[in-house]
Amino acid sequence: MGRFLAGKCLRLAVLMFLVSFGAFVLVSMSPLDPLSTNVGQAALGSMSQEQVAKMEAYWGVGTPPVERFLSWAGNFLRGDMGVSLLYRRPVAEVILVKFKNSLWVMAASWLLSGLAGAGMGIVAGIKKGSWPDRLVSAYAWVTASTPGFWLALLLLTVFAVWLQWFPVGLSVPIGLEAGQVTVADRAAHGVLPVAALSMTGISHIALHTREKMIAVMESDYVLFAKARGESPWRIAWHHGVRNILLPAMTLQFASISEIFGGSILVEQVFSYPGLGQAAVAAGLGGDVPLLLGITVISAAAVFGGNLAADLLYGVIDPRIRKGRRRGI
Amino acid sequence: MRIGRQRNRRFAALCLAVGAVAALALITVAGGLWGERALETDFSMKNLPPSFRYPFGTDWMGRDLFVRTVAGLSLSIRIGVLTAAASAAIAFVLGLTASLGKGADTVVSCLTDLVMGIPHMLLLILVSFAVGKGFWGVVAGISLTHWASLARLLRAEALQLKESQYVKVARKLGKSPVYVAVKHMTPHLIPQLLVGTVLLFPHAVLHEASITFLGFGLSPEQPAIGIILSEGMKYLVMGKWWLALFPGALLALAVILFQAIASAASSMVDPGQAHS
Repeated sequence: MGRFLAGKCLRLAVLMFLVSFGAFVLVSMSPLDPLSTNVGQAALGSMSQEQVAKMEAYWGVGTPPVERFLSWAGNFLRGDMGVSLLYRRPVAEVILVKFKNSLWVMAASWLLSGLAGAGMGIVAGIKKGSWPDRLVSAYAWVTASTPGFWLALLLLTVFAVWLQWFPVGLSVPIGLEAGQVTVADRAAHGVLPVAALSMTGISHIALHTREKMIAVMESDYVLFAKARGESPWRIAWHHGVRNILLPAMTLQFASISEIFGGSILVEQVFSYPGLGQAAVAAGLGGDVPLLLGITVISAAAVFGGNLAADLLYGVIDPRIRKGRRRGI
Repeated sequence: MRIGRQRNRRFAALCLAVGAVAALALITVAGGLWGERALETDFSMKNLPPSFRYPFGTDWMGRDLFVRTVAGLSLSIRIGVLTAAASAAIAFVLGLTASLGKGADTVVSCLTDLVMGIPHMLLLILVSFAVGKGFWGVVAGISLTHWASLARLLRAEALQLKESQYVKVARKLGKSPVYVAVKHMTPHLIPQLLVGTVLLFPHAVLHEASITFLGFGLSPEQPAIGIILSEGMKYLVMGKWWLALFPGALLALAVILFQAIASAASSMVDPGQAHS
C-alpha cells in the first residue's frame, strides 16, 4: 500500500510539473502584447520612455521565457504564486477568495449530478427498453447536445427575469456589506448556477452507469438469481449496484474536470464572481500569473480526484486491496 | 422474421443518418450563401419579436436573427468538421506511435494524461491565449484539445493488437515496428477511428460555441452562435427572450443530428451490435 501510494504521488508530482511547464509554454507563446492590452494604445503613446520601461518590467516583457519559468516555478514551490496583474493582489489570495465562492456551486452540482446521474442510470439500466430507460436516455441524449451556457441563459430568462424567483446574477445582493450577507442570500444566488451545471452534468454519468447496469443485468449470475426467484429490485440492489460502484466512482471523480469547465461558462452567464470568471478575465486581460495559478490549481484538483478514486477502490473492493498488498 | 426486423433497424438507422447529413449539409450551404445577409442591418426593424417574416425575430440592430443563426451554424459545422478531422488525425498518429515501443508509449500516455488533466474549457482558454483569437485560433484550440480520449482508445486497441499472433509473426519476420503499425494495425484501427471522428463532432461544435461565447473565439463581426448568444445576453434582462432561445435551440438541434449520425455509424461498424 505504501509503495502504491508513493508511486501515485510521484506520478502526480511529475504530471503537475509537466502541466505547469506546458501551461507556461502556452502563455509565453501568446501574441498578445501585455502592455497594449492592459494599458491601452493611447495611454502608452502619451507615456515617457522611462514609464514604458517600468511598465515593461512590471508585465515581464523582454525576460527570456526559460528564466521566467524557473523563477516562477521556484516561487510557486515556496508558496508565492506571484501578483495578479489585474487585481493587483497576490494570486494565492485572489484564487482563495474566488475559490470560496465557486466551491459552493461546484460541490453542490458535483454531488447532485453524481447522485442523480447514478440513480437515473441504475433505474434505466434495470430493464433495457422499458419506459424509465427511454425517458432517461432521451433526457441524457438531449442535455448532452445542449450547450451548458445556453441552458443557463434559459434558466436565467425564465426564473430570474420572468418569474423573478431568483436574483439575476452575482453571488451576494448588491449594496450589502459582507457581514450582512446571510446564508439564505448565498443559497438564493447559487440555485440557478447549480441547476444549470448539474442538469448538463447528469447526462454523461447517467448514460455510462446505464450501460454498466445493462451489462450486469445481462450477466449469468443475474440470470441465476432470477431463476432462484429473486425480485428485480432485490437483484438490482444486491447484484447490480455493488458491481457498478467502481465504474460509477471513477466517473464521479473524473467529472470534476467537467464541472470545473462547465462552471467557467455558467459563472460567466450569471456574473458569478468565482474561479471560472477569474479565469476568463485573466485570459482576456493577459493576466499571466493568475491564469497559470488557476490552471495549476484546477489540474491539481483533477489529478487529486483521480488519486482519490484510486485510493477508494481499495476501500470498496477487497480484491484490489489484497492485490495491492501483494504488490501486484 | 428476426433477420428481417434486424435489417429494418439497420436500414432505419442508415436512413436517419442520411437524413441528418442532408439537413446539416443544407444548413451549411444556406448559411454559406447568406454570409452577407447575416450582417445587413435595418434600424427600422429592430427588436422585433418572432413573426412570419422574421421567424426568429430581429436584434437591436435590425438584423434578421434567423439568417444570422443559420449563417452561424454553417460556420460552426465547418469548424466542427475541420477540427474533428484534425483531432482524429492527431489521435491516430499518437495511438499508432504508442505501439512502437515502451518509451513511445510512455510519452503518449503522459501527453494524454496531461491534456485530460486540465479542464477542457481552461485548456481552450490557454491555447486561444497562445495562438490568438479568430478562425484559426479556434480551429487550433479545438483540434489540440479534443484528441485525448480517442487517442487513449486507439492506444489501447493498438497495444492489444501488438499481442496478437500475426503481429508477432510479422515482427519475427524482421518487419520494423513502423511497417507493422502502418501495414498491419492501421486497417484494424480504421473503423474505430471513423466512429471516433464522428463522435468528436458534437463536442467540437459545442466547444466552439462555448469558447466564442466567452470571448476567446471568433471575432464579433462574424455571425457565430456564440457571438449571437453573448450579445443577446445583454438584452435578456429586458425581456428579449427570442435573442437567446432560437439560436441556442437550433444549435442543440444540429448537435442532436450529429449525435444521431454518430450512433448510426457506430451501430453500422460495431459487429457486436449487429445482433441486438
